[in-house]
Amino acid sequence: MGKSKVTAKPNPTSGECRHATRNPCRLCTPFGACMVFHGISGCVPFIHGSQGCATYIRRYLIGHYREPVDIACSNFAEPTTVFGGKQNLETGLINVAAQYVPEMIGICTTCLAETIGDDVPMFLHEITKQHPDLPRLVQVATPSYCGTHTDGFNQAVRSVVEALAQSGAKHHGVNLFSGMLSPADLRYLKEIMTDFGLAATVLPDYSDSFDGEVWGQYKKNIEHGTAIADIEKAGGARASIEFYSTASSKKSAGGYLLERFGTPYYGMPIPISVKDTDRFLSVVSQLSGRVPPDKYDGERGRLIDAYVDGHKYVFEKRAVVYGEECLVVSLASFLSEIGIVPALCASGGHSGRLRDALAEQIPEMMPDVTVLEDTDFWDIAEAAKAVRPDLIIGNSNGYKLKRELGIPLIRVGLPIHDRIGASRILHVGYRGAQQLYDRIVNALIEQQQEESSVGYTHI
Amino acid sequence: MSPRKEIDANEIKEQLLKGYPSKVARKRSQQIVVNAKDEALNVPEIKANTRTTPGIITQRGCTYAGCKGVVLGPTRDILNLTHGPIGCGFYSWLTRRNQTRPVSDEDHNFMTYCFSTDMQENEIIFGGEKKLAEAIREAHRVFKPKAIGVFATCPVGLIGDDIHTVAKQMSEELGINVFGFSCEGYKGVSQSAGHHIANNQLFKHVIGRGEKPSEEKFRINLLGEYNIGGDAFIIDDLLKRCGIHLGATFSGNSSYEGFENAHHSDLNCVMCHRSINYVADMIEEKYGVPWIKVNFIGAEATAKSLRKIAQYFEDEALTKRVEEVIAEEMEAVEAVQREIRARCEGKLAMLFVGGSRAHHYQELFNEIGMKTIAAGYEFAHRDDYEGRKVLPTIKIDADSRNIEELTVTADPKEYRPRKTEEQIEALEASGLEFKGYEGMMPTMENGTLVVDDISQYESEKLIEIFKPAIFCAGIKEKYAVQKTGTPMLQLHSYDYGGPFAAFQGALTFYRTVDRMISARIWSQIKPPWKMAGQPTLEAEFVHAE
Ligand code: SF4
Ligand code: SF4
Repeated sequence: MGKSKVTAKPNPTSGECRHATRNPCRLCTPFGACMVFHGISGCVPFIHGSQGCATYIRRYLIGHYREPVDIACSNFAEPTTVFGGKQNLETGLINVAAQYVPEMIGICTTCLAETIGDDVPMFLHEITKQHPDLPRLVQVATPSYCGTHTDGFNQAVRSVVEALAQSGAKHHGVNLFSGMLSPADLRYLKEIMTDFGLAATVLPDYSDSFDGEVWGQYKKNIEHGTAIADIEKAGGARASIEFYSTASSKKSAGGYLLERFGTPYYGMPIPISVKDTDRFLSVVSQLSGRVPPDKYDGERGRLIDAYVDGHKYVFEKRAVVYGEECLVVSLASFLSEIGIVPALCASGGHSGRLRDALAEQIPEMMPDVTVLEDTDFWDIAEAAKAVRPDLIIGNSNGYKLKRELGIPLIRVGLPIHDRIGASRILHVGYRGAQQLYDRIVNALIEQQQEESSVGYTHI
Repeated sequence: MSPRKEIDANEIKEQLLKGYPSKVARKRSQQIVVNAKDEALNVPEIKANTRTTPGIITQRGCTYAGCKGVVLGPTRDILNLTHGPIGCGFYSWLTRRNQTRPVSDEDHNFMTYCFSTDMQENEIIFGGEKKLAEAIREAHRVFKPKAIGVFATCPVGLIGDDIHTVAKQMSEELGINVFGFSCEGYKGVSQSAGHHIANNQLFKHVIGRGEKPSEEKFRINLLGEYNIGGDAFIIDDLLKRCGIHLGATFSGNSSYEGFENAHHSDLNCVMCHRSINYVADMIEEKYGVPWIKVNFIGAEATAKSLRKIAQYFEDEALTKRVEEVIAEEMEAVEAVQREIRARCEGKLAMLFVGGSRAHHYQELFNEIGMKTIAAGYEFAHRDDYEGRKVLPTIKIDADSRNIEELTVTADPKEYRPRKTEEQIEALEASGLEFKGYEGMMPTMENGTLVVDDISQYESEKLIEIFKPAIFCAGIKEKYAVQKTGTPMLQLHSYDYGGPFAAFQGALTFYRTVDRMISARIWSQIKPPWKMAGQPTLEAEFVHAE
């Protein structure tokens, strides 16, 4: 913003009850649902509500991934808000089917559609009866006034599984519900599964749709992602693996499959730290009956070697971590492993379980950790000043804080709108930890180097 | 790009429509027009400003986006508070590339903030007025802003929160200007409705309140200039060099005080006709300030606009100064034009953007010899396509009726006609047009395609058929276009480059386009082993000497 560094000069407000959210640390619910639908092959995401939400969400996804994203909408007008959205939904679905010839349309709702009380399942039931040629329609209710983008994501995964997985016929594959990770993460997870000889259904799989190649010529933008046929078989999989820390397995896709088909269920935190990746790999190893290939010994060994080499730069440093709850928990676990105190752990999520999940992962550090749940960047900034941090880890919306505190920001998660390559940030596994570790250490070194009056080149 | 065989626009239109169900095709056929102008510059009618059909992926945003994001967003010292669930506010947080220059360190700048009431289920059920009032009090307590704007999102309209009454009560309680915008997203066809609601409220609540007339000579306002990429800054610099004083800009690098005192300027210059022409009309009726259409996009257009302003003020020294500045600037401009024309001449451009940009930017392409083969707006109305002369024939539909028409009369104290009727007539006789806008279509060649509210599907089809050298639109189209191997320039944000306005901006634009079109990467999309006639890779041994 201009050249000036001027910002408003606010009076402190700490301690007062908050009525407005100032610089939010969460996105809205259909955003997460659209991510899921975009990661299913042959599926067009569809938002039932006003066109503005669809445009904003598209714009935001496109900005983060720098990839095309098509999201259709039922485009409410004023009369729609009075008479309900069925007609618009019907027209919209027919038009999407005509243009894309998709296998499936994934429908989520905006606050408006929810506020007027549209009964979307009933609408869809009637619409399919009238138009039997329509592709498969899967819907998820996503009012943003009672959830965040993470909730929308998880609910959409569950809805898709509920709608499609109708068979419990046994097979050797594994379901992997990895949550809101980057395309690079998904790619690596698939590589791991392949290395263990496991056929994995990763849902959603937007590793290509959110990080695609140049095409050279026009294509329909719905080709990539999890195959619907694979989701249909999810109930008979050898097991489901689900990454979560604060979500409830009762509401999750893996939880559903366990209940409905008895599909064995392994829930675990997003594997970032060595400890968590070890746990993930031991499950994968057990399921596949194979010991981890040597490649993983190598990755793990190099990572620990690097931990040792870089320890002098990181130990006792203090970090502010914010973002989706599950990501925050796993990052905190990783940080504590390398000797950094995750002094402030914050999220706009409001599962109410962030503190407990952290306590489980990093019990020894908790006395020194401030936890902010259901928070915004204003409160994060206030709290950050109190914990004397050396670095910040989170999405690009923490840039303002970084500027204020004059410390490095390591960009992870979503959204990242001020750097290129958000899709290629690897967070998970030994390799992900390695990359994060190098970035963190180098940022700290650079800070030290920049601040030195001499300008040493050996640090 | 190789020269193409002649393409018949009518055939293309048929092709575009083929992909739609018949009802949609019928509607779209009125929004896709093959340009054909007669000698009097009459053009075929285009259907514009109508609802996008559900299921057609539009690039349009909502009324709220036009109101909060576009018009109020670039004003640094009004605290904007979104009343609604979190997403609407979040997505409109700092997304456009409006820049601002606070006057001093003490000056407020809220542009990097996002304030929202972040409504939860409770408020949706029981109403959110109380939370809104508390949020306003809190914002005032913490930030002490001069003014607070409150923006209603879709659910708010539904649950019936009366934001205007809350705003009024808060104004009284806090002693600052608090005003509301009923800009629920569903209210209008596109952003355009939001511009109108925003401007109406600024007119009602802000413009004319200021009591600080400036002492400068030749005072103008710029209307419909949003300072993308710093455009308003270089326009301002240019005006200064000519000795013209810029009072207020609506809305780019804008401030509350500028808005309040806008009625003290002596001429309104309208850049984006779509988003603000009605404000120019209202200011004229209430305060007696005439308006003219200007365009600072394109070197020729900039020169022409400066001359118009000079003509209006009828001052010899000013005219002389303006001519000097133009002459100084044009020398460099023409040299670069010549150089770049050699590479770009005859290449094709497509522009689908905004409510005026798709028109204005054709100037710049013309200046380097490029031809705009297809263009259209995202949220314009018929007058922006066909010219203001069709205004009396535009039918008012339910969506337009939704937007308040203010009745404006001359202000008993502040109305001061800047020119007598005779003076205006004389100026008109000497070629200065007041309240005029020719529209985009009369300036485009016959046989070009004009498409309103182009869909994702249509733009991809057009690219496939025309293979343009460059495609200009916004970020939503950007990556799809690039995937197909076509350079794509964003005209909403300038791809974080620019500025593109005025003479210096024109130079930057020519160079930007030249670089994009001449980039070699496009020829490398296919790996060598996939090239026709080269089934295998061949390598030569390199012998060590
Ligand atoms: S809810 Fe309404 S105001 Fe908010 S983004 Fe959607 S369309 Fe716009
Ligand atoms: S109305 Fe709801 S769904 Fe739409 S943008 Fe706002 S928060 Fe998101």
